[in-house]
Amino acid sequence: MINNLENLGKQTRSSFTKLGRGSFFLLQAVSGTLSVLPRPRLLLNQLYSVGVLSFLIITISGLFVGMVLGLQGYYTLSAFGAEESLGVMVATSLVRELGPVVSALLFAGRAGSALTAEIGLMKATEQLSGMEMMAVDPIKRIISPRLLAGLLAMPLLAGLFSAVGIIGGELVGSGLLGLDEGAYWSQMQAKLDFQDDIVNGMIKSIVFGFVTTWIALFEGYDAIPTSEGVSRATTRTVVNSAFSILGLDFILTALMFGEH
Amino acid sequence: MDNSAPPLNSLVSVRNLSFSRGNKKIFDDISLDFERGKITAIMGPSGTGKTTLLKLIGGQLCPGHGAITVDGQNVHQLRRTELYKLRKRIGMLFQSGALLTDMNVYDNVAFPLREHTHLSESMIRTLVLMKLQAVGLRGARELMPNELSGGMARRIALARAIALDPMMILYDEPFTGQDPISMGALAHLIKSLNNTLGLTSIIVSHDVHETSLIADYIYVISEGRVIDQGTPTAMQQSTSAWTTQFMTGAADGPVHFHYPAKDYIDDLLSSGKRY
Repeated sequence: MINNLENLGKQTRSSFTKLGRGSFFLLQAVSGTLSVLPRPRLLLNQLYSVGVLSFLIITISGLFVGMVLGLQGYYTLSAFGAEESLGVMVATSLVRELGPVVSALLFAGRAGSALTAEIGLMKATEQLSGMEMMAVDPIKRIISPRLLAGLLAMPLLAGLFSAVGIIGGELVGSGLLGLDEGAYWSQMQAKLDFQDDIVNGMIKSIVFGFVTTWIALFEGYDAIPTSEGVSRATTRTVVNSAFSILGLDFILTALMFGEH
Repeated sequence: MDNSAPPLNSLVSVRNLSFSRGNKKIFDDISLDFERGKITAIMGPSGTGKTTLLKLIGGQLCPGHGAITVDGQNVHQLRRTELYKLRKRIGMLFQSGALLTDMNVYDNVAFPLREHTHLSESMIRTLVLMKLQAVGLRGARELMPNELSGGMARRIALARAIALDPMMILYDEPFTGQDPISMGALAHLIKSLNNTLGLTSIIVSHDVHETSLIADYIYVISEGRVIDQGTPTAMQQSTSAWTTQFMTGAADGPVHFHYPAKDYIDDLLSSGKRY
């Protein structure tokens, strides 16, 4: 009993210590972003590896999610004779929820785990220490450009996911099930609100991008510098990012759409 | 130990240094001096904190007690910008080489020049080729770090360490895991760079033979204290049982072959728990 309590206390304390270290790390990384601005090349390289390399998985997943939404939505809506609303249904689900959330989950799996592994290996192979000894701050040189890249790439990827998903829904709706193409697009145009739907979805994806990149970078930087330590850190990145994305999504949805 | 002022010509002096990691005491009140222009070796068995000592000198770790001065500056009282300024004058060769894996050899050597100077690319090219020529790897400039052998990686890392013309180089186990040829090449390189560039070198190593050949002075450290010190010749003739065991590589001696355990016969005969 006492032992269990002691363990609980220890774990709680270490979680809070880690949170403290993570917050301090974030503070340093954010303040380091200013030094990235005069060197856009650092940012562009990271935008490529975080953003462009996630392009394929986001596009394909977006297309399939949209197609499934089209299929499911059509069957449900046609029961009420409301299949013309398919466009609104697909677009709203994607722009408000599935776009930001699913693309963030995919981003955590594709780019987040890669970031953790990269930073963790740099630590394990003394590259970060080496930089420090060369009087180069690894936070400014390595971490800050990646944080900025994650922050910029995530909303763009979520936008891409939603756009491709809407096309996927249209392909199934009008291509496969014979829904009128004009109805699909015009209903969507009429009902989708820029502020309520698109801006809120974008805010979500910015928040998810920031949190996921922070988790990925910190887990890598804080990893035990061995191969086992790095592999554990990579797993933690994906798990913690998924929890954070889903938890934050609930909070953000409640705040954004609560009064409706 | 001594609180005396460091000798006038010492570039690095460690005074009454204590350092612990958790409950384990790594250094217990040790004092060392590293003379300008000389190669000083710190030797001792694995796990005695030799690398930790280099990290303390480079200001990456803070001592629990005591002071380390480098060129008259107390490393651990410096502000961050001053510490970085000092580090630009110190080169460090890590055990693994610590080359940046996403850049080729040329860019790795150019890295400190690009970060810290505003030299033109043509000037940087000249400097990089000169440094690579000094380590004999000018022809390898297009290779990526994963295409290099361990010995080559360390030589490239050495070229990078001298890129900013430092006053001192810290070597962390430069000979570990090297074949005899690259070990000899590295030892020759360390000696010749030290002499031609007027550097001060600190080598942390447990390779007795190679280190004795090039070092001007040796400190032997074990269990957090300086066990013995002197020139390589003096160390070979040392009467200390510990130093003799270390220098000759005897399996048993003051450092026991067996990990502490209860009596062997008792252990065999007892019906203890199964593993």
